[in-house]
Amino acid sequence: MNRRPVFLITMLCFGFAFFYIPILSMIVYSFNESRLATVWGGFSTKWYVSLFSNRQVIAALILSLKIALISATVATILGTMAGIALARFRKFRGRVLFSGLVTAPLIMPEVITGISSLMFFILLADWIGWPGQRGFTTVTLAHITFSMVFVTTVVQSRMVQADQAIEEAAMDLGSRPWQVLFDVTLPVIFPAIMSGWLLAFTISLDDVVITAFTTGPGATTLPLLIWSKVKLGVTPDVNALATLMVLVVGLGVVLAGILMSRADRRRDADARLAYQANE
Amino acid sequence: MSKAYKTGWFDRKGWSDIIIGLPYVWLVALFLLPFLIVVAMSVATKTPTAPPFSFGGDYPLLNWEGYERVFSDGLYLRAFLTSVVNAAAAMLLCLIVGYPMALGLVRVAPAWRNILLMLVILPFWTSFLLRVYAWMGLMGKNSWFNKLLTDWWNFVVPVDWAVNSIPMMHTNFAVVLVMVYTYLPFMILPLYASLERLDTTLDEAALDLGSRPHQVFFDITLPQSVPGIIAGGMLVFIPAAGELVIPTLVGNSASPMIGRVISDEFNQARDWPMASAVAVALLVLMVVPTMLYSHFQAKSGGAK
Repeated sequence: MNRRPVFLITMLCFGFAFFYIPILSMIVYSFNESRLATVWGGFSTKWYVSLFSNRQVIAALILSLKIALISATVATILGTMAGIALARFRKFRGRVLFSGLVTAPLIMPEVITGISSLMFFILLADWIGWPGQRGFTTVTLAHITFSMVFVTTVVQSRMVQADQAIEEAAMDLGSRPWQVLFDVTLPVIFPAIMSGWLLAFTISLDDVVITAFTTGPGATTLPLLIWSKVKLGVTPDVNALATLMVLVVGLGVVLAGILMSRADRRRDADARLAYQANE
Repeated sequence: MSKAYKTGWFDRKGWSDIIIGLPYVWLVALFLLPFLIVVAMSVATKTPTAPPFSFGGDYPLLNWEGYERVFSDGLYLRAFLTSVVNAAAAMLLCLIVGYPMALGLVRVAPAWRNILLMLVILPFWTSFLLRVYAWMGLMGKNSWFNKLLTDWWNFVVPVDWAVNSIPMMHTNFAVVLVMVYTYLPFMILPLYASLERLDTTLDEAALDLGSRPHQVFFDITLPQSVPGIIAGGMLVFIPAAGELVIPTLVGNSASPMIGRVISDEFNQARDWPMASAVAVALLVLMVVPTMLYSHFQAKSGGAK
């Protein structure tokens, strides 16, 4: 028992080195003067300057954020409904198919989802004349579809854990159904809904394959722009872009962690106070 | 009233219809229908029209040629084999690296644990594409990492075998390495979840009864973490088998993986029926068996 932690800690160090050395290397080389992305030629911030003056990058970023905001919000609404349905409605017609439909997109290889969505949109345009052109709308629809099932998974597992007796108590005490929904059920599952939204948002912001299949001319998201640059090889301005993204995400995650642990502590304190008041 | 009491607000007429109906209709329209189009397309005939297919008027309405080619043409068989081998190698390496890491996370002091867990998840929040890209920078011929490996190689092997640089990019080795890098959190997290729940008093009991530490591991810890291994293995294997981005960027285009084949048939050859047939074959041959296996393993594990 004594020897094992040494081995495990070595493996942890090795693992974290494996996780972070590539990212650190990318950050260091983003300050590389040389155009050859892998040979060090002195310190420079010129790639950041060229990045910020690149309108293509800014436009792609704005488009990506727009798609991610809309698709995450719609996916959260639909996904939460599906999660509530699966957790609370015991029997309804087509439940087996429904739970299958909620799981299948999670494991479907992205290429298959990509070609199926593209064929669907092309055939739809052929049959009913819509969508006339693929782009913002078709990408958003595809993103909603594959990210809503992640929201469903998160919400459903929270709903299953939550105590249903509280809802029944509210009903008994005369709450109307919509009051139970807004005063009891939604507050209880709110953290799950939030993390579902965040998950849907990042999945949408990150997606390459399905976006590449469902987009059209003029709708280049940030991952697609990076994809087209990266296919040609390593370039220093992508290093700069990557560094900025890692920085934003890192700050966001740390901030969220601090806020959450603070909220946890406050809730614990509230619970203690309530407990003491009851004694 | 008693029925309403039992099932709650959500069973009221109208409410449940909306809550079930909206996501149901959405998924049927935008997931099931497109998927059924793929299945139907896989038995259509390629035509030089737009859209490039027809369900021919000739006698065999269904054209099984796509499936026949999947099972007879070496290109597709090799692609399937490459995918299985790469995905299995990535899964095994993830397990070998991820298992001690997950166990280490369980054993470190709780104060450290949350920070380290955050560090495992953090790369997952950064762009997938950029994580692949980071390795393109490391594996290139002139990179410091490649030079380091080359120096080490030249130091270890006889002089005759010395090389200028190690060819890593555009090989299956690169694909497996990057897959391990990007999918490792998917292995660590379920393993951590299943290891965290284990009762450590069993370990102590076994040690008290004279087991050696490695016996404790193989007799107690490992068997109890099988559900985590299966969950993690599935989470790595399935996306790895159908992977498109990683093989396109760092893979060997002479021996493509199946995801690349589907994409090329669709975009370059514009052969929708063939792409669909390969897609259905990928699902039937790899995804569905993996799901069934993990489902039954989980069941038999739960019964014990």
